[in-house]
Amino acid sequence: MTYKFDFSGVLAQWPLFLHGAWLTIQLSVSATILGLLIGTLCAIGRRSHNAWIARPCSLYVEIIRNTPLLVQIFIVYFGLSSLGWKVPAYAAAIAALVINIGAYTTEIMRAGIESIHKGQIEAAQCLALSKVQVYWHVILRPAMERVYPALTSQFVLLMLASSITSQISAEELTAIANRVQSDTYRSFETYIVVAVFYLLLSLLMRTAFWAIGQAMFTRRRRLGTPM
Amino acid sequence: MNNEFNINHLQFLVQGAGWTVILSLMAFAGGGLLGFGVALARISRSRWLRWISLGYVQLVQGTPLLILMFLAYFGLSIMGLTLPAIVAAGISMTIYVSAYIGEIWRGCIEAVPRTQWEAAECLALTRSQRLFKVILPQALRIATPPTVGFMVQIVKNTSLASVVGFVELARAGQVINNSLFEPFMVYMLVAGLYFLLCYPLSWWARKLEDRLLVVRNSVTKTKKGIGDVQYCES
Repeated sequence: MTYKFDFSGVLAQWPLFLHGAWLTIQLSVSATILGLLIGTLCAIGRRSHNAWIARPCSLYVEIIRNTPLLVQIFIVYFGLSSLGWKVPAYAAAIAALVINIGAYTTEIMRAGIESIHKGQIEAAQCLALSKVQVYWHVILRPAMERVYPALTSQFVLLMLASSITSQISAEELTAIANRVQSDTYRSFETYIVVAVFYLLLSLLMRTAFWAIGQAMFTRRRRLGTPM
Repeated sequence: MNNEFNINHLQFLVQGAGWTVILSLMAFAGGGLLGFGVALARISRSRWLRWISLGYVQLVQGTPLLILMFLAYFGLSIMGLTLPAIVAAGISMTIYVSAYIGEIWRGCIEAVPRTQWEAAECLALTRSQRLFKVILPQALRIATPPTVGFMVQIVKNTSLASVVGFVELARAGQVINNSLFEPFMVYMLVAGLYFLLCYPLSWWARKLEDRLLVVRNSVTKTKKGIGDVQYCES
């Protein structure tokens, strides 16, 4: 092997990479927040006694979890535009990621909700808490506390998966890498640099989630249970 | 090709699905083998092996599969090797699978009660005897449902092999769409085929999980709990 590594041309583009990393963060954070919302609502919906609510929710989860994100992105972007609904690549990317992560969040939140003891809910009802209060204080918050580690690793995976949106040329880190490598002809070096960026981003996200967990679940912190 | 969807297109898609299955099997076989090594190294008594395997897992799990694909593809080509796309796809899938499945299996090995190790030690079994004759057979039971569940991830993630030009199901869809310009119909069909591949696996994984829970409940009379074997999907 006589290949000489040359990072100079690639590293000269560092402002572009930083910009790409920032776009990836924006993309993942907005998808995470919206996905958490949808996932929680669907998890509640799946518990509903009304089959017209529960059925579509579980159908949504099954369909999304059994098809690849790449194809979902294609359907949202190319499919919608062929039906005459033109969406910009970035919006399509966010929409596809939200739809995707929503299904996974539903499953995780459902596991959390199922782990809440029925006696807790009955006790809350005896205290004349309203339905909303029961859901918020007795079901959702403790459930979230229990599944928080699973939830956060899913969100880190989402950040990594957001690289797939480069396939519809949505502006983010991988798309920028593709551009840099076609400018510099240093493909291997470019992707090594990008891999390091993703590693740092996932480290950053883990740390951020850990800090959020510490701030949000004070009870757990007092009990000394590791997150 | 004329501009109507016909039986040839469908045949091309099914052929692509066949390649998806082949690549998935390759990834599972290679990744499983390497992943088993990773799992053993993660619980090894040698600190060096533990650190190296931990580093490997963190490195791979912190990098998107798409980037691994590009690295394998361009990395092989700068070594002067012109190999078919399936090799680059197979290598990156193997690395990806090994890091995730290694962690799943490590969790399963560690889920076997500590007392089993101690009991085996009291019977004067060597460490490898303890591992292979006592711990692993029990870990296998725990490991089956999450492993089948992870196979769904493998099948879905083979779709990323399309970026290095390997014609599997997703790529076949792209090729057909380029001649037909009917993205909604074509990609819906592709999604449907993926669903047909994945749903039976998901269903099987769930059945296995339920059965394991029944066994566990009848043995230990514990409540159904989450977090025993945690693993995440992408």
